[in-house]
Amino acid sequence: MLTSLKWKFILYAAITLFAILLFLPTVTSQLPPWYMKVIPTEKIHLGLDLQGGMHLILEAESDKAVESYVERIKNNLKDDLKERGIPAGKVEREKKDQIVLEVSGEKGKWEKLLSERYSMMQELSASEIGGGIWKIGLVLDSKQSDQIKKNALDQALETIRNRIDQFGVSEPEITLQGTDRILIQLPGVKDPQRAKSLIGRTALLEFKLVDEEGDIEAALKGNIPEGDTLFYQRVVDPKTGGIKKVPYLLKEKTLMTGEVLKDARVALDSQFHEPYIALEFDDIGAKLFEQITGANVKKRLAIILDDNVYSAPVIQERISGGRAQITGRFTTDEANELAIVLRAGALPAPVKIIEERTVGPSLGQDSIRTGIISVLISAGLVVLFMIFYYRVAGMIADVALILNTILVFAILALFRATLTLPGIAGLVLSIGMAVDANILIHERIKEELRWGKTPRAAIDQGYHRAFTTIIDSNVTTIIAALFLYQFGTGPVRGFAVTLFWGITANIFTAVFVTRWIFDYLTLKVRVKKLSI
Amino acid sequence: MELIRPDTRFDFIGKKKFTIWVSAIAIILSIGSILYHGGLRYGVDFAGGILLQIKFSKAVDISEVRNAMETIGSKEAMVQKFGAENEFLIRVEKSSEDLEAMSRKIQASLQEQFKGQTLEIRRAEVVGPKVGKDLKTKAIWAIVLSFLAILIYVAVRFRQVSYGLGGIVALIHDIIITFGAISVFDLEFSLPLMAVILTIIGFSINDTIVIFDRVRENIKKMRKEKLDTIFNISINETLGRTILTSGTVMMVVLILFFFGGPVIHDFTSAMIVGLVSGTYSTVYIASPIVLLWHNHITIKRKR
Repeated sequence: MLTSLKWKFILYAAITLFAILLFLPTVTSQLPPWYMKVIPTEKIHLGLDLQGGMHLILEAESDKAVESYVERIKNNLKDDLKERGIPAGKVEREKKDQIVLEVSGEKGKWEKLLSERYSMMQELSASEIGGGIWKIGLVLDSKQSDQIKKNALDQALETIRNRIDQFGVSEPEITLQGTDRILIQLPGVKDPQRAKSLIGRTALLEFKLVDEEGDIEAALKGNIPEGDTLFYQRVVDPKTGGIKKVPYLLKEKTLMTGEVLKDARVALDSQFHEPYIALEFDDIGAKLFEQITGANVKKRLAIILDDNVYSAPVIQERISGGRAQITGRFTTDEANELAIVLRAGALPAPVKIIEERTVGPSLGQDSIRTGIISVLISAGLVVLFMIFYYRVAGMIADVALILNTILVFAILALFRATLTLPGIAGLVLSIGMAVDANILIHERIKEELRWGKTPRAAIDQGYHRAFTTIIDSNVTTIIAALFLYQFGTGPVRGFAVTLFWGITANIFTAVFVTRWIFDYLTLKVRVKKLSI
Repeated sequence: MELIRPDTRFDFIGKKKFTIWVSAIAIILSIGSILYHGGLRYGVDFAGGILLQIKFSKAVDISEVRNAMETIGSKEAMVQKFGAENEFLIRVEKSSEDLEAMSRKIQASLQEQFKGQTLEIRRAEVVGPKVGKDLKTKAIWAIVLSFLAILIYVAVRFRQVSYGLGGIVALIHDIIITFGAISVFDLEFSLPLMAVILTIIGFSINDTIVIFDRVRENIKKMRKEKLDTIFNISINETLGRTILTSGTVMMVVLILFFFGGPVIHDFTSAMIVGLVSGTYSTVYIASPIVLLWHNHITIKRKR
């Protein structure tokens, strides 16, 4: 018995020491450098509600990615039909993932084309509508569709990560949530508005030709020529601040997108000192741009970003070297933002901010202060109460309580858990609940003493009997905490975490550590009478 | 020191006819209040909408802030003082789809109206209606599943369905009364309050189990006694512990209530009610349910 006491002491002391070592970096930053090398230390992470920052949940409209994919297939199909001399009527996209086309002529010819080059589209229906014309319905293979959605989400995540990296936020957290949501946490972000517009921007850059022959007046009345599309340029009047929309009739076909960009930088116009964005294309892009400009000299090329025409300069000559620029009346901030999003690439699908929580740094500091005050007062009162009610046994319980708190902080640091304001409440609550185990034990020991047992026997019986009760009652609380963790986000999760670890650590400190102290007192010090 | 003398024998179980009425009235009042208010008042988390916490550099009269809201035509905006003289909560329940733009507009117009001072956005929450709805579903599942898990755990540990049932009925009792208090005090049901509900679930069952545990032990010792008597003795024997534990937890929650700041004020108010109900229901709900089951169902079956 006595040797096992010694070994237990070594074990508990080691755990305590380890916990203190883990906890120290949170309290002080003035630790010797060797410390950081030896101990796998992390500071306790403060939640956004305590340190301030922004929490965003984005929803990616990944259906749009499928839509634009099918749109591209449709355009390719149109070109292929023309190339192979297959007479075709309308070729249109229907819903988000279907194409309807009317073809005539030799049946084998278009059947071969469809099966060879468009196997990702499955035939939905095919019927002869008379005059040798076949009407065919195609639908995108569902596996393919899922894959596109998944890729879109992955790519969106990557793109947003790039943008945030360039924006400069320390320790951002960007993760997928469920099937179509992205969770973003930006601790200590200074300018939430800018961060949001930076993240939420699709940044789809497109180059389209202006239809010089098309009748824009007719188009505005709803009579858009076949193969054309209407876009607008938002022009802000510098004097009145009003927004004017200038219409452009463009060829529907996109000649080039931002995918071929190598770099985008903000530069300053030497004449007017207005910022513009200098684009640099990669090798493929440079060749493509040379081809496009060469074939369309004297025509206007519209540069469109997120469905807004920025400029539509006339192509003066074939442009080689792979450089272009976007001009417009930018402010410097706006230009910087555009450069970042263009560099980081476009989002494959538009995203919508469906949840935003921002906490200013001063509120966080207030919360930390009140949190610490409540923890100290409640811990202090509980400690005093236990001594007042249970005397020496109360002091033993207090040792367990303090150790419990240290352990919880150490665990939080070790698992990089996040401490939130509700988390502090959970901690305070677990301090209140932590003494429950000792109250159970002490009340039991008192009962056993009353029945005339010796202190030794009373302690044995008391711990033995109280143990099942402690386990049963704590397991049920742990069950509740687990469901809370599973359910909650952010701050509430923090509450579940501290409650869970508070209770778990409690079983160790309140049952095993206090038991050791009682055993030591009765076996080694040979106390004859318990002060309880 | 002894709080409760060991030979204490309050007749808890004998009062069950009276206490069942007390509980019934409390439950009717709770449900009545919720129905009267047309359901709970959901916060931004669950209903969707905008919540802004704004601090001005100087004291501002609340009516000025309200006026500012009205000038931008935001009639749904509710303004509420928050703690200090210069701090306000502005709330807009889900109105338009574009909450983002709305939130920006409110901030801009406040800046415009109160040019003379600096204005700090201390907290901004914008939750889309869909997110709120998802959260509601998740909340209901979390409560139902935790009930189920606890029911199973207790039933397995005590080898009797009746104990699990007694515990769960007590839980439902506590949850209804806590929700009732939330409704009566007109608190806003938000994420932290959901945390309270789940904590109460944990706390209430914890309390119940301590008594059931003692009953289980006493059944072995007192084979000749009636189950009613055994329950009563067990409740009395654990009374000291019940008061001490509930007392310390209550003390701690009261400290949070007074010193925890306005952010967790609602959280602690609901917690206080839940704790009282949780302690009460252990004695007056959970135990009578088990007895009812044994005296009526089990005995009838034997005949």
